Amino acid sequence: MALLQISEPGMSTAPHQHRLAVGIDLGTTNSLVATVRNGVPQCLQDENGKMLLPSVVRYLPDGQVDIGRSAQAAQAIDPRNTIVSVKRFMGRGLKDVAHVETMPYDFVDAEGMVRLRTVQGVKSPVEVSAEILKNLRQRAEHSLGGELTGAVITVPAYFDDAQRQATKDAARVAGLNVLRLLNEPTAAAIAYGLENASEGIYAVYDLGGGTFDISILRLSRGVFEVVATSGDAALGGDDFDHRLFCWILDNAGISLPSDRDSRRLLMKAREVKERLTLDESVPIRTALENGDEVDLVIERQVFAEITANLVSKTLKPVKKALRDANLSPEDVKGVVMVGGATRMPHVQRAVGELFGQTPLTNLDPDTVVAVGAAMQANVLAGNRATEDEWLLLDVIPLSLGIETMGGLVEKIIPRNSTIPTARAQDFTTFKDGQSAMAFHVVQGERELVSDCRSLARFELRGIPPMVAGAARIRVTFQVDADGLLSVSAREQTTGVEARVEVKPSYGLADDEIAEMLKAGFEHAQNDMEVRALKEQQVEAERVIEATEKALQADGELLNEAERAELDAAIVALRSAAEGQDARAIKIQLEVFNRASNEFASRRMDKSIRGALAGHKIDEIRI
Amino acid sequence: MLDMKQDFFELFGLEPRFALDLDRLEQAYLEMQGRVHPDRFAHLSDAEKRLSMQWATRANEAFRTLKSPLARGQYLLELKGVDPAFETNTAMSAEFLMEQMEWREALEEAREAADEDVLDDLARRIRHDTKGLVEQLQAEFDTAGDLEAAADTVRRLKFLEKLQHEINDALTALES
Repeated sequence: MALLQISEPGMSTAPHQHRLAVGIDLGTTNSLVATVRNGVPQCLQDENGKMLLPSVVRYLPDGQVDIGRSAQAAQAIDPRNTIVSVKRFMGRGLKDVAHVETMPYDFVDAEGMVRLRTVQGVKSPVEVSAEILKNLRQRAEHSLGGELTGAVITVPAYFDDAQRQATKDAARVAGLNVLRLLNEPTAAAIAYGLENASEGIYAVYDLGGGTFDISILRLSRGVFEVVATSGDAALGGDDFDHRLFCWILDNAGISLPSDRDSRRLLMKAREVKERLTLDESVPIRTALENGDEVDLVIERQVFAEITANLVSKTLKPVKKALRDANLSPEDVKGVVMVGGATRMPHVQRAVGELFGQTPLTNLDPDTVVAVGAAMQANVLAGNRATEDEWLLLDVIPLSLGIETMGGLVEKIIPRNSTIPTARAQDFTTFKDGQSAMAFHVVQGERELVSDCRSLARFELRGIPPMVAGAARIRVTFQVDADGLLSVSAREQTTGVEARVEVKPSYGLADDEIAEMLKAGFEHAQNDMEVRALKEQQVEAERVIEATEKALQADGELLNEAERAELDAAIVALRSAAEGQDARAIKIQLEVFNRASNEFASRRMDKSIRGALAGHKIDEIRI
Repeated sequence: MLDMKQDFFELFGLEPRFALDLDRLEQAYLEMQGRVHPDRFAHLSDAEKRLSMQWATRANEAFRTLKSPLARGQYLLELKGVDPAFETNTAMSAEFLMEQMEWREALEEAREAADEDVLDDLARRIRHDTKGLVEQLQAEFDTAGDLEAAADTVRRLKFLEKLQHEINDALTALES
């Protein structure tokens, strides 16, 4: 008889079971998809050999959706239906979006997230982003020759809960199984750290198209630990374009350009900005719709001057992150530059001056995030052996709290807490006999609720009548490894419970997502059912495979009766999965999950004991 | 059976003392996260994912608590059933109240002067005092076993930490 191979919990799979997993950098300007093939991370190209997919989506009158380069080319002729930089609108209300007045869109100020009216109806930023993700998913499936097991999607480290939730929703609408939301600078650090075998304190300065992040990490063998992060979720290369665009308007004496001219001049501004990286001066020549001509020349020095305050705006979060980490610039061993906007020489100069060293630019700032995400996706899919996995410890960027009397914020989880994390705080009633309590969950650093972002409101009802101050209502915040919050409240003396998954204020309701999912399947109801069945079958297979491996490794943790019960549950689930009824599989999966709970928990115990072995096991009272 | 009722010292296999080998703490923490972190369970069943999140959360909480001298002191008092009574002033010595007032005045002056150097200097003095109090706390917990004295020292440390935060906020405000 062949010897059975036994692996650790959290185990790897045999090579022939390599799961297709990708990392996706969903950027403001460009998006990319990457994977690890034969141990080598690589960005996947489209049929024309291009890696970068411009994050541009155009809705056409005939119901077609154009994505990427061709949509980008159409933005000056069809600005209203061609959405660029949609990432800026994710999880944002109209009042949060900068430069609305110069944008050529027909905004609809819906409750929570802003919407855009197009020739194909009103679109949410989630749907627009989902089009980009769907395009990348198809590219990956075509290129890898199979369905994806899952994807790691990157988000700016400074994204708040609403923006993260919106990103995860977009991935769901695009039919992706999200293995993890990963912070962009952390993804870059993985790619950089593993490539360079670095140790020590590193700063990742990530200036993208629309967002700025700074993360301070401690890299040691096999561990990536984020010590502090800060940034500005509405500052990026786009703002440099906009500054140059305004300079062109001023100097060419244009006061009110048409939507098309605005688009044309903004594109021109971006092109000129990019050329100024190499050239000392660049001519700006273009013809406008009304026949006017723009004919200017800009010097690199002038561009640096008109954008100097944008650069210094990035340095404040850098100093804040260093202070939060209790470090000074001299403690930082290397500064990794990420994002296309860090190519600008005056940005590199300013960062270099602050840290007293030349920033590291040896990895392509456009692809490094996608590459790191692909490496992490490969780990999360279980494609690597446990012993060569690395450990990633990330943090939440902004404090989470609850509104208290007088519109003040009581912070429950401070920023830079390592995730996953949970904290509880007790509150009490204000009036005699008070039977309900309203909670308002906010995110931000300011003391006043009005200065923070509102995430959710919920109520706890059915509090038994007591005198004021006698009830004990414990509010628990849990942040998971994606940085997403869920909140629950419980009256301690009676156990009355209220739970809320935080999304409402700036996210989408679940039925809206369902609607989008439905709309996403171009064909009949039938296709949707086929897809639902397929999803359940894949999930059942995944769970059975994982459990069988676990039984191989740790079967001795169950007695005979327990083992028989779990085996029976596997048989039942397998037979349901062979049928054609998605609902039946789903029910069987729930039954199975209940049956495997105890086994999972014993395996976890065994693993934790393993962690303590080699320390002083005799001292531990178990 | 291991369970979540274990205290944080037990969780990492450490003795419940104030003096702590930080390297050993960190090593035990990383080893535990290496086994329970959700990234290790992303491809496994929901039951395992949920357990992993609970354990990783617990490990983070334990590490955060034991790493900081103030949180560790507070936690040790809690384990021994002593309430440090942060909310009431009655337990505080006159000497301590006096000291609080002096620090507050110094902070106000520095804030009004809007002088980064003055604020930095104040922060340095606080760090220095904090270091002294931490040494004192160690003796109170581990040598003398005087929990009342330890509770008083923890209260002082808590106050200094709050001051430190306010100085940081003032410095941040100066930059914007």
